[in-house]
Amino acid sequence: MPVLELDDVHKSYRSHLSIRKYWILRGLSLSIREGEIFGYIGTNGAGKTTTIKLALGLIFPDAGTIRLFGQDASRVEVRRRVGFLPENPYLYDYLTGEEFLDFHARLFALDAPARRKRVRDLLERVGLSNRGDRQLRHYSKGMLQRIGLAQALVNDPDLVILDEPMSGLDPIGRREVRDIILDLKARGRTVFFSTHILSDTEMICDRVGLLVKGSLKAVGRIDELVSRDVPYWEVALRGVTNGGLPCGSVMSRRDDRVLIRVDSQGDLHRLLAILNGHGAELVSVTPARQSLEDLFIREARSAGPAPAERGGQRAH
Amino acid sequence: MLTRINAIALNTFREAIRHRILYLLLVFAVVMISFAQILSLLTVGSEEKIIKDFGLASIDLFGVLTAVFIGIGLVSKEIERRTVYTLLAKPLHRFEFVLGKYAGLAITLLVNTAVMSLWFFLVLLIKGMFDGMLVMAILLLFFQFLLITALAVLFSCLSTPILASVMTLALYVIGHLLWSLDLLGARLTSAPGRGLCRVLYFLLPNLGNFDIKGEVVHGLAIDGGRILWATLYLILYGSTVLWTACAVFERKELQ
Repeated sequence: MPVLELDDVHKSYRSHLSIRKYWILRGLSLSIREGEIFGYIGTNGAGKTTTIKLALGLIFPDAGTIRLFGQDASRVEVRRRVGFLPENPYLYDYLTGEEFLDFHARLFALDAPARRKRVRDLLERVGLSNRGDRQLRHYSKGMLQRIGLAQALVNDPDLVILDEPMSGLDPIGRREVRDIILDLKARGRTVFFSTHILSDTEMICDRVGLLVKGSLKAVGRIDELVSRDVPYWEVALRGVTNGGLPCGSVMSRRDDRVLIRVDSQGDLHRLLAILNGHGAELVSVTPARQSLEDLFIREARSAGPAPAERGGQRAH
Repeated sequence: MLTRINAIALNTFREAIRHRILYLLLVFAVVMISFAQILSLLTVGSEEKIIKDFGLASIDLFGVLTAVFIGIGLVSKEIERRTVYTLLAKPLHRFEFVLGKYAGLAITLLVNTAVMSLWFFLVLLIKGMFDGMLVMAILLLFFQFLLITALAVLFSCLSTPILASVMTLALYVIGHLLWSLDLLGARLTSAPGRGLCRVLYFLLPNLGNFDIKGEVVHGLAIDGGRILWATLYLILYGSTVLWTACAVFERKELQ
């Protein structure tokens, strides 16, 4: 049974004082499996946050069905098994980290000793044990993201939904969030997160979904979406003295260093065999593979400007 | 359900009492109540009435300002700053959120009114002017704050913070002038005009029901039925407003 399932979901918005309707999602169908890390990628304004809000019942679909753990997502009780971190969360300025987590734990009717233990454990897990008594207005952005993540885990959820959890974080902060996501997977939890930081997605996701202008363009494992074939190799050489080489094309040249593109494996072998004759020293050979970024850019470009950039798509 | 409402209420109260604006309003109220003594020196023979009148008016004004600014601030901020997302993503019904917010604000107002009243009573005790009926007048003022807070919560669910503040303050003013609408209706000759005045008279909050300041200051007797009616009015009108706020928030798209 999928943990989260969207079936033919449509969502539109009307701007204030306007009868015009703008489509954000058009017939989105998506299924998140138990125990996986699912990266939901897309351009700004593609509809990632809208999808998440629909899944959590914060907004309502125009058409289609959304199910969490096999139940209607609008049912409040089903959210017992869900944890959520919104994008750039603004939290309660005047609460301390401990009070903030305790407040969220109360919503799950945990008794006082259980809450105390949970708060202590969570603060430790997100590396804020020594900052729990400080008011949130004194937290840095990275600390706010971590305490926000801690509140999302306060009920030990089976499904954790994170909206742009790495945005605005420095490399250390991003790594910490990545580690927490991987730890959740190791504990058998399902993680669904939206992002446009593709390197993180490639690094930790079991599957990804690419959303462009409200439509899912691709979904699957990264090695399914991105070709593993090597269309060409980049060969870096040093000390090339006597003229041109018989195979490959020069991509760049600086001092005695040259970068050559070789389009076939046969040419690569021939090039490597004749290097000594040209007085050249091999520096590196890099197979050029298609990346998730290539796929992302290709799909985004083929779809034209994002709705947010041109004020949305008018409904038919 | 109650556990979750309590949690929201406690958090709202905690947030409110750490708000600087609350202390600012309290300080102003205390200064105004104290200022009544100086003002009373300018009059001959009405010192007691001036102190009581000014004191009650200060509690009224600053209580309403607290209800509007803290009330609207705390509810709208949850929506604007998206803290409500993390709450409603948990097993929390939307009506529980609205009722919890209201309960937290009511507790804040109770504490706020208690502090202002204690200072007021202290001033009166020192002067030997304390009168038990003042407690009743302040209780009705507190009822009025509760009703204003319910309106503030409703408008927060409907609109932006600024518009919600304007609408709530406008209803406060209208609510105290509602008797003039009744008077206008009686003088109109056209039946539709009279009907409209009548409908508006019953629809708009009649805050005159909670105002016994004049009677208390002048030592007039207060009918027990009036207190009972004010209590019933608060329960009926207040719960209708809160029910509407819950219904509006239930279908609100949190964008």
